[in-house]
Amino acid sequence: MTAVEQGDPLAAVRGLHFRRGGRSIFDGVDMTIRRGQVTAIMGPSGSGKTTLLRLLGGQLHPQGGTVEVMGQEVPALGRRALYQLRQQMGILFQSGALFTHLSVFENVAFPVREHTSLPESLLETLVLLKLEAVGLRGARHLMPSELSGGMARRVAMARAIALDPVLLMYDEPFAGQDPITMGVLVDLIRRLNDTLGLTSVVVSHDVSETLAIADYVYLLADGALVAEGSPASLQASAEPSVRQFLDARPDGPVPFHYPAPDLAADLAGRGAP
Amino acid sequence: MIGLLRMLGARTLEGLRGLGEAVLLVARILRAAPAVALRPRLLIEQLYAVGVQSMVIILVSALFIGMVLGLQGYYTLADFGATEAVGTMVALSLVRELGPVVTALLFAGRAGSSLTAEVGLMKATEQLSSMEMMAVDPERRILAPRFFAALIAVPLLTAVFSVIGILGGYLVTVGMIGVDSGPFWSNMQNAVTIRDDILNGVIKSAAFGLLAGWITLHKGYTAVPTSSGVSRATTRGVVHASLAVLGLDFLLTALMFE
Repeated sequence: MTAVEQGDPLAAVRGLHFRRGGRSIFDGVDMTIRRGQVTAIMGPSGSGKTTLLRLLGGQLHPQGGTVEVMGQEVPALGRRALYQLRQQMGILFQSGALFTHLSVFENVAFPVREHTSLPESLLETLVLLKLEAVGLRGARHLMPSELSGGMARRVAMARAIALDPVLLMYDEPFAGQDPITMGVLVDLIRRLNDTLGLTSVVVSHDVSETLAIADYVYLLADGALVAEGSPASLQASAEPSVRQFLDARPDGPVPFHYPAPDLAADLAGRGAP
Repeated sequence: MIGLLRMLGARTLEGLRGLGEAVLLVARILRAAPAVALRPRLLIEQLYAVGVQSMVIILVSALFIGMVLGLQGYYTLADFGATEAVGTMVALSLVRELGPVVTALLFAGRAGSSLTAEVGLMKATEQLSSMEMMAVDPERRILAPRFFAALIAVPLLTAVFSVIGILGGYLVTVGMIGVDSGPFWSNMQNAVTIRDDILNGVIKSAAFGLLAGWITLHKGYTAVPTSSGVSRATTRGVVHASLAVLGLDFLLTALMFE
């Protein structure tokens, strides 16, 4: 057993079943998020990665199984207990989800103002330190509409760490970013995790960036876990589902075509009454 | 036939579920009143956004409606030789009916549409979700200050509307047509009572403010989080709020002035 695998479990899902609109998203998934690690959850679009983050955050409730975070069964928590737990969690949404009517400074200050009564001078120091950590102290006066996509995500990161969370979750942090911004975000996720002593969950389908920073990887497809392990073990895997995803093959266990009748029969039947 | 019945049943159930959710939402918002009172800055910001920024449309509309009322009232009353009662007619029309109703309709169109669009867009861009994940309740932080601002702003805007409307009527009838200003004001003063007219107008406008704020915020909060969903919610918010104001006006008028 490696040192990385010895981290205490911070969150775990067991026998997770979740359905939406008649479609099964998770059909008996087990997963463990270990303290201090960067855990990557990868899989094709629609495989339920973002749904998993919402289940961990208590925004969705599973139809079966357990979702445990920091020793608490999330779906069973009342509103007050859930909000207390969420104060120890941060999430970076794919869009950044910055408050468009607030400046960069006020966006980062928002959770601090809501949950503490720090004097303004101390709050300012705290916010500037958080912005410094993501390299955007100089952008404190800008409005979200004046930021690039990468800058918006870094501001959202600063906001997510404003209350010094234990668990930080990233929803597709690299989607739509240029190579330089991707490099910045990759570096930030790893650095913040290690320097702040966080536990990170990165949901992504960007293979190289995610494997570069992850300690442990779960690969989801069709509502089930198709592979798990260290990035090196996944890269060495010959499993067709793993190879299709890592090698970006257009067809394989995850089919290129959405289920449909035979093409010839479909075309022949088009003119039929 | 069975299909039609099934569709009607499904629509009815969906409507009742929506109504139940809306009632629960307003109950939770009302319960957040102490939290809003503890943070008056949030309420003042929203009073500025929905109240002060609606002043121009209220002032201009009130002036023209008062002027038209004055003109129509003068020509109608002239047939009966009662042109001195035009001030009373203008004031009663405004204080009892047109002030609260037109203000609420204008409010639903200007401020209500902006409330629905703002909340709907916050939902579509995951701002409400991110707030929830920061352990901040969006119903208390976003909806409640806007709701109470609507509740306070509509009666105040109605008062402004009625005063400016009466001035509009005065300008046309006294200033342009030449009706004697003494009877214009004294008849008005004799006819308009605080309890039956002004207080009922205030009650009406508060009820309309509650309804307009509630419906438009609920539509934004439950909007489908897409651009077309927010657009549809905004249209529905204004239409439903306007129709609800008109319906409630009939009920309140029947109760108050029977």
